Amino acid sequence: MFGFKLLGNTRIPHHKNTADMQPVRMAPPKEVLLPMAQHIGAPATPIVKVGDEVKVGQLIAEASGHVSAPIYASVSGKVTKLDSYLRHDGRTVPAIRIESDGLMTPADNIAPPTVTDLDSLIEAIEASGLVGLGGAGFPTAVKFDAIKEGKIDTVVLNGAECEPYITSDARAMIDRSGLMREGIELLKKFVPEIKKYIFGIESNKQASIDELKRVFADDGAVEIKVLPSLYPQGAEKILVHNTTGRVIPAGKLPAEVGVVILNVTTLATLANYVKTGMPLVEKCITVDGSAIKHPKNVICPIGTSIRDVLDFVDGERDEPGKVIFGGPMTGFPAYSLDEPIVKNTNAITVLTKKDAKEREATACIHCGRCVEACPLNLVPTAFTKALDIENVDERMARLEEYSIMLCMECGCCSFVCPANRPLIQNNRMAKNSLREYNSHRAKLK
Amino acid sequence: MEKLIVSSSPHIHAKATTQSIMRDVLIALSPATVAGIVLFGWRALLIVCVCVATAILSEFLFNLIVKKKQTVSDLSAAVTGLLLGLSLPTTATVWHCIVGSVFAIIVVKCLFGGIGCNFANPAVTARVMLFIAFAGSIGGGAATKFAEITAGATPLELIKTGESYKLPELLDMFLGNRSGSIGETCAIALILGFVYLVIRRVISWHTPVIFVATVFVLSVLITNDPTVALYEVLSGGLLIGAIFMATDYVTTPINKYGKMIFALGCGLITVLIRFWGSYPEGVSFAILIMNILSPYIEKLCTRIPFGKEKRTK
Repeated sequence: MFGFKLLGNTRIPHHKNTADMQPVRMAPPKEVLLPMAQHIGAPATPIVKVGDEVKVGQLIAEASGHVSAPIYASVSGKVTKLDSYLRHDGRTVPAIRIESDGLMTPADNIAPPTVTDLDSLIEAIEASGLVGLGGAGFPTAVKFDAIKEGKIDTVVLNGAECEPYITSDARAMIDRSGLMREGIELLKKFVPEIKKYIFGIESNKQASIDELKRVFADDGAVEIKVLPSLYPQGAEKILVHNTTGRVIPAGKLPAEVGVVILNVTTLATLANYVKTGMPLVEKCITVDGSAIKHPKNVICPIGTSIRDVLDFVDGERDEPGKVIFGGPMTGFPAYSLDEPIVKNTNAITVLTKKDAKEREATACIHCGRCVEACPLNLVPTAFTKALDIENVDERMARLEEYSIMLCMECGCCSFVCPANRPLIQNNRMAKNSLREYNSHRAKLK
Repeated sequence: MEKLIVSSSPHIHAKATTQSIMRDVLIALSPATVAGIVLFGWRALLIVCVCVATAILSEFLFNLIVKKKQTVSDLSAAVTGLLLGLSLPTTATVWHCIVGSVFAIIVVKCLFGGIGCNFANPAVTARVMLFIAFAGSIGGGAATKFAEITAGATPLELIKTGESYKLPELLDMFLGNRSGSIGETCAIALILGFVYLVIRRVISWHTPVIFVATVFVLSVLITNDPTVALYEVLSGGLLIGAIFMATDYVTTPINKYGKMIFALGCGLITVLIRFWGSYPEGVSFAILIMNILSPYIEKLCTRIPFGKEKRTK
């Protein structure tokens, strides 16, 4: 059917409980916390001070440099504190705390941007504060660098949503399909070099597939590709391969093979900004997990605390053992319920204490499940063995030989391991140590 | 303030654990165990029980003495004991069972670091050790309760000595009514276990099928007689070896193509020993030899990482 062997073969549970639930908008919270780093790249620079009155969509922090993104007030009210926020990666970044007046008054200067050519489109995307909403949070405007250079002939729209529980993209493809069409019309108009638009959607989202097929029925440049529901279809290299058949060389970006990936919700948000001029100030997130009795898709202002979202969604929830930003395969855990929803949060997964319990690691029994599961043909057990080598140079050479840097931390190996080996943790450690080692060596030269 | 657990992704986990895998192997071996007891009588049960108990006790005591964390609950020692018991004939004494199990667990497994660290299959190695050390008493097989002749010559010995006319009927071969070790004779029970393991995704079908097919095809080529080749397949420890011993995780290559080459090599060596070696049976030797080659096969069969042009040296 596809003409080439598809990558990804790990069967994970789906739990798409909220697929039929239209998102509900929650009332503005009393307070929001807006971290200055909600994207990959340099943190934004605050331009407001304590006591300032702000309105929804008002610029409160400017992008610092090219790979960065501006941040807008998500509620109307008063800046109460220039705070700081400890991110999951260990960085502490500035954050702006705003007390909401509950009115959600939009800023006065909200107006659709004038878009006449590719340059002005990119400017508009930069100004919208848009980042990759699928999870990585890469500033969207930066992706257009490659488009501007004329290297891109295909845009892959990521609607795979391969994580369990999450349905916010699936919902967007149903509820915001019109905006997606407008987004593609925009790109077609200003980037004629792009010949093909391929939606990659896992087969477990039939309603989304049907809706997009209906919306794009008369559009020859758009293809809806149904992918098998096998994890990790949504991962960059896997998605590009399974939709276009192209192989991204190790260590390179999709642009190398003429592809740019946009998340489907990113596309809809982009079109919405060009249409209305309202920047990225709210997110639709799926709130689900074993501790949630009444799961929902919720639209909330960015910066809302997890606690406020959970209180809105499910007052009867079980006591949380683990709260995860994103899905349970690749999401990162929250250390406190007071952490805010940020731009690239697409779900909050809450696991019960029982499900969150750490499983004890036992000896590797060499069963080969991790080797079979790795979608990129890596050998997780080899990394673990290499990490035990005492001599640093030898250890690093071995890690390099086994292509540790290819590991995208999709979690398949750890998921299938019957001995609960910390494979992903080892890989992360190995990647970091190799990165440090190489930069240190470069300095010595 | 809620106390939240913070740990690395993934936050969910597949159901299979080492213990559940070993439990599945025990379940898969149960038809062959029951068949063995029916065919060979209560002595078969005694042998199997002594082997399993000794194996578990050896591992328990070893861990206790060297102050290692107890690993008995992962059931791998029970699997080793059961496999060893099933690969012994009823002529074995209780002492043979104890010596074999202690050797399998202490020497072959624990001294190399316990589960996951041994380079050779403990049950196979112990069986080979007993086979060589006590060739007189447990070299061949014992006759079943239903056999008309009580002489214990196994089908393979009969083929080797040219007494093919004494071979049992093919139906008897399938049902296990032939001389041999406790668990190896009943083909139907073993195939039942194979199907269970494949359905439960504990093993893939490749190793057993390739191993058996290699033996069958080579036997046809050598003897030019498919019936004799079929006897070769149903004789000796081929089925139990191919299904339960050549699929051992620890001592076979980790990758799929490696496993296939491993199975091919096992089949080849088995045939070489059966037709030209001085022993009538070669399955255990074949598996043992391939166990030793397994790390090299594994290395040869490593897949090229996605997006890499060719193997880096």
